[in-house]
Amino acid sequence: MPAVLDIQSIVAGYTPSLPILRGVSLTVQDGEIVTVLGPNGAGKSTLIKAVIGLVPIAEGRALFLDRDITGSPTHQLVREGIAYVPQTENVFARLSVDENLALGADFDRQEIAARRERVLALFPDLAGLGRRRAGRLSGGQRQMVAFGRALMSAPKLLMLDEPSAGLSPKLTQAVFGQLRRIRDAGITILIVEQNARAALQVSDRGYVLAEGREHMQGDAADLLDSPEIGALYLGDRSRLAQQ
Amino acid sequence: MQFVADGIVFAAIISLGAIGLSMIYNILRFANFAQGEIVATGAYFSLGFVALFGAGIGSIGPLAFGWPLLVSIGFAMVATSLMVLIVDWLLFRQLRDKSASRITLIMAAFGVSLMGRNLITLIAGGDPINFSFFIPRAVEILPSVRVVPDDIAIVVLAGLSVLALHLYLTRTTMGRWMRATAENPTLARVNGIDTRAVIRWTWIVGASLATLAGALQGHIVELRPEMGFSLLLPMFAALIIGGVGNIYGTLLGALFIGLSQSFAVAIGLSAYREAVSFMLMLAILLVRPQGLLGGRD
Repeated sequence: MPAVLDIQSIVAGYTPSLPILRGVSLTVQDGEIVTVLGPNGAGKSTLIKAVIGLVPIAEGRALFLDRDITGSPTHQLVREGIAYVPQTENVFARLSVDENLALGADFDRQEIAARRERVLALFPDLAGLGRRRAGRLSGGQRQMVAFGRALMSAPKLLMLDEPSAGLSPKLTQAVFGQLRRIRDAGITILIVEQNARAALQVSDRGYVLAEGREHMQGDAADLLDSPEIGALYLGDRSRLAQQ
Repeated sequence: MQFVADGIVFAAIISLGAIGLSMIYNILRFANFAQGEIVATGAYFSLGFVALFGAGIGSIGPLAFGWPLLVSIGFAMVATSLMVLIVDWLLFRQLRDKSASRITLIMAAFGVSLMGRNLITLIAGGDPINFSFFIPRAVEILPSVRVVPDDIAIVVLAGLSVLALHLYLTRTTMGRWMRATAENPTLARVNGIDTRAVIRWTWIVGASLATLAGALQGHIVELRPEMGFSLLLPMFAALIIGGVGNIYGTLLGALFIGLSQSFAVAIGLSAYREAVSFMLMLAILLVRPQGLLGGRD
């Protein structure tokens, strides 16, 4: 089985003269949950956006299941099995929950009903909200619609940008708990997160980006125990002060 | 109440033209100053097909037009859409790819507007033309309210078109894609929506309705190269009054513009009818800066 995602020395940014990613490599194997950590501005979100074709890749390449996807148009990549949940504005507020979900699978229309069943099984709270406008939902419900919408395309790879942003600690736990169930359904997951502890707890492996480069990588458990990670991302202030 | 009947006819034509303006504004995010020329191009293409088929414009019952005109309008919709797609491909697509600013797009549209108007003058001449000469015979539909049967047909055609558009936007996949792209283009792409296809269909729908507007306006008044340009301000006013971002608001805005202009005519301010409707537009915007239906989900 080839790596689901194989990123090779990517240089990317919104403008060519100012790359945000300056040579990042990363692999995600089939069935893994991988977290990318890093301070604000390290290029975490840019990494996901470069993979999905929203930010141009200047150098290096990205392989999806051994196929070179560098420069492919976003809608094509989504149809081939990469789903992406942006950090903000990740649902269509003016459309109903049902319409949001249907949009996720519109290019596979005969599948809409069956996939909606599966999404509702994963997020039972959404049952009965089908006709409600997504803009009227609570933050947690909205996040579920965003996840559900992404899953409607039956992706092989699900990429999440800060899934815990704006959620209460309790909801964050619930969201990350769902990730394992999603993975067990055969979907490989790549997460970008500030909330390092919650994300690493459900992850297999992690990468740390700093200033557009890979700074560290390892098993999630090792990263959770690492003093440096503890100091920088797990809120262990005393050790930070010593550095 | 005569002015209400007259105003509704004008509103019907304005709204058909303004829908394209509204859709382009929402999906491509710029004010298309060339929308008037799309209306005029549609009218002249209709005229061209009427001449080509050589069957006149026909008649149905009391109407002074019939299937020959309607079929010609159908062909003109296709021709106008192709023309608009070519202009988009040659010009606007290039600007979008270079992430041109909104003002650049507007100026480019202004250039297209000027060129379109002059091209029409060059090909068809600057003099007013009619599809055919008919003497309107008004019928009294209510005590002292007289309308020409063709006017009623125009309102019915516009109503049916708007209903068809509503069903298109709410019941079809492409319609859902349009609404999604209007709200959030990036998220639309992330949903596997080919936004280039959405943009193409937006131009086609807008140009087709504009063609109908132009042909109908040409039928009840006349065809002139500036006919579309003179509808541009009322169309923009309809867009703004209704609330940018809401197609149904645009229809309401068109009704408002139509009624206020015919009211101005009715009270003897014919020469100032545009001024009167723009004064009213300003008054509305002072109370509701977001427009009548603007800012609503």
